[in-house]
Amino acid sequence: MATVVNIFSHTIGRKLIMALTGGFLIIFLIGHLAGNLVLFVEDSQLAFNEYTKFMTTNPFVKVLSYLTYISIILHVIYAIVLGRMNTQARPVRYSYNKPAQSSTWNARSMTLLGLIVLVFLIIHLKSFWFELKFGAVPMMEGTDLKDLHTVVIAAFSQWWYVIIYVLAMAGLAYHLDHGFQSAFQTLGLNHKAYTPVIKSIGRIFAIAVPALFALIPVYVYLTQNNIL
Amino acid sequence: MKFTLKIWRQAGANQSGELKTYEIDNISSDMSFLEMLDVLNENLVQKGEDPVHFDHDCREGICGMCSLYINGRAHGPQRAITTCQLHMRSFNDGDTIVIEPWRAKAFPVVKDLVVDRSAFDRIIQAGGFVSVDTGGVPDANLIPIPKDTASEAMDAATCIGCGACVATCKNASAMLFVSAKVSQLAMLPQGQVERYSRVEKMVAQMDEEGFGSCTNTYACEAECPKEISVTNIARMNAEYLKSKFTSSDSFAGKS
Repeated sequence: MATVVNIFSHTIGRKLIMALTGGFLIIFLIGHLAGNLVLFVEDSQLAFNEYTKFMTTNPFVKVLSYLTYISIILHVIYAIVLGRMNTQARPVRYSYNKPAQSSTWNARSMTLLGLIVLVFLIIHLKSFWFELKFGAVPMMEGTDLKDLHTVVIAAFSQWWYVIIYVLAMAGLAYHLDHGFQSAFQTLGLNHKAYTPVIKSIGRIFAIAVPALFALIPVYVYLTQNNIL
Repeated sequence: MKFTLKIWRQAGANQSGELKTYEIDNISSDMSFLEMLDVLNENLVQKGEDPVHFDHDCREGICGMCSLYINGRAHGPQRAITTCQLHMRSFNDGDTIVIEPWRAKAFPVVKDLVVDRSAFDRIIQAGGFVSVDTGGVPDANLIPIPKDTASEAMDAATCIGCGACVATCKNASAMLFVSAKVSQLAMLPQGQVERYSRVEKMVAQMDEEGFGSCTNTYACEAECPKEISVTNIARMNAEYLKSKFTSSDSFAGKS
């Protein structure tokens, strides 16, 4: 047990937590996106509300959702712990520095990008998750389903709300572009042949998933306001 | 050639420092960066001023003694060279050049541009060695090692411990240095005896010294004068985790 505790007091152990929770959240994104794509279907009200019910009542999904909460919390806590350690490691900063010559902007800005995602997450959870669990979401007529669909459509009909989503997804894209391959490196998986493939898959994932997420509110806004 | 130099001057470890401006003229484009500083120091000594202190030794890029953060980059603007191998032709006539010491909590400034890198020595002492039998000299090539493995271990062993990886890392992390030292021994048969205790002890010492953690920006690899690969960092991560989760003589478990 002492060994297990000891791991997380050292750099590499803490990074392991970042990699594992980050990796789990990447998988979570796939599931979340798959369900949300229902919103692209016309007359999706019943389908979406049934999906909502499944996601809130199925025991297997429940386990996954608790794992997701834990992952988010640990990812944030260890980002703070490691971030503090990293700031303290350089008490006097360079008066002249050109970091862009040796590393990419998003690799250096993971804290900022993570913060953007976190702020978005709070807004996002308040709008839907909190309302569904503790707020007063009306029932869908003629069913025993909570009508989250109407809440979602109403939210996405506001232009400023859609802009928050699009900007946050851009932040997520940059965060994932670095984070995806970074998780493999931290887990010790670096290979002449596979690492370039992992980096390519990471980039495609980092573009495609946030883009599809961002497209949902944009699509709803355009259709609701009869632009599309 | 003519340059304006902005050099970090700091009288001692516990004193505060500042960038001071010096003008220098008649510099040959074939001079190395350190020779240019020698000329500056000659001038300062003649004027009765304190010369600029900076680390240097072999001046042929193999000792790891020279450092300097030049115009915002470790070892200056060129790739894969140390400061002593940097020539003034890499700059334009009339340029302003900012020169700072390595900046890290684990590398305290001794004076001006000289920093104390003995943290690296203590990491090596913690585990960067192999046990050998006393007695007669063993035959060369007694232990068969695949060529690829030997080459990769040799690549890791080319690390000269200059500290550019720490200097350039946004987190002042020493992961590239430590991983090179772990890798060069972990890959070879001679390094197997202490394989797991080594990685645990060296990582523990690295943390003890106050280096930051790695966020995989790979700036270290880009600035390393010996082009040490970040593959070593992944290897060290793997060695460390393997040790923690599978090794029965886990160093941490014993303590």
